[in-house]
Amino acid sequence: MKNLNINHRKVETYEVLELAGELDAHTASKLENTLKQLISQKKHQIIVNCEELDYIASAGLGVFMAYIEDVRSMGGDIKLSNMNPKVYNVFDLLGFPTLYDIVQKEEQAIQKFQTDESE
Amino acid sequence: MAKPTATYKITVKASTEHLSKVRNFVAKHAAAFGFDQQEVADIRLAVDEAYTNIIKHAYQNKEEGTVEIELGHDRSKFWVTLLDTGAAFDTTSYSEPDILKRIKDKKRGGVGVYLIQKLMDDVQYQTEDACNTIRMIKNK
Repeated sequence: MKNLNINHRKVETYEVLELAGELDAHTASKLENTLKQLISQKKHQIIVNCEELDYIASAGLGVFMAYIEDVRSMGGDIKLSNMNPKVYNVFDLLGFPTLYDIVQKEEQAIQKFQTDESE
Repeated sequence: MAKPTATYKITVKASTEHLSKVRNFVAKHAAAFGFDQQEVADIRLAVDEAYTNIIKHAYQNKEEGTVEIELGHDRSKFWVTLLDTGAAFDTTSYSEPDILKRIKDKKRGGVGVYLIQKLMDDVQYQTEDACNTIRMIKNK
């Protein structure tokens, strides 16, 4: 059975979560715990790199839905990058691209954070 | 060439532990039927959402419940049916989710039924003799 692996690394002041595997109702709690931990440490500038994410179901999207307001209210954001077309399609079906910054490359997410800050 | 009609079935406990097994069972047959990658992905996700809803809502995360997953096809369409004996889904209480509002209210989920309808061509819910059925059809 495929699982979800999360690799956490720091790029400058940004928290990057690399997701690999499948994000569904079985694995969503793993991502949720990681996000909760970051938020409790007041780390609000989060980039989720989905390059190795093969699959997402709505339980996975639900994690992003549940925490985005908390993160934004503290001046941060969750930006998503490097999605494969199948994963992007699920976000798109629910209209997420108008509500979240979803970019092709991780560097673009960093640039967007820097633009947000200078505004 | 695929036979004109065929049916296959598995029975699993209502646990998220079996999600990938259920998805893969259905996706394998959908691919053998001749759907393209995107169509297989649509069916895989629709089945995931239906099974997840049964686990969470029909059986309220009590893992002793069982779910039967049947699939079949004829020449022009492919169908997947999930059967459970938990609480029935009230279709009259369903309305299209407002994602922006749900985000503002910090609510998650509640979008599975909507996704299933978008991904499949026809979706039917039925409850008879304490058995709930969701039947999802994808046309070729």
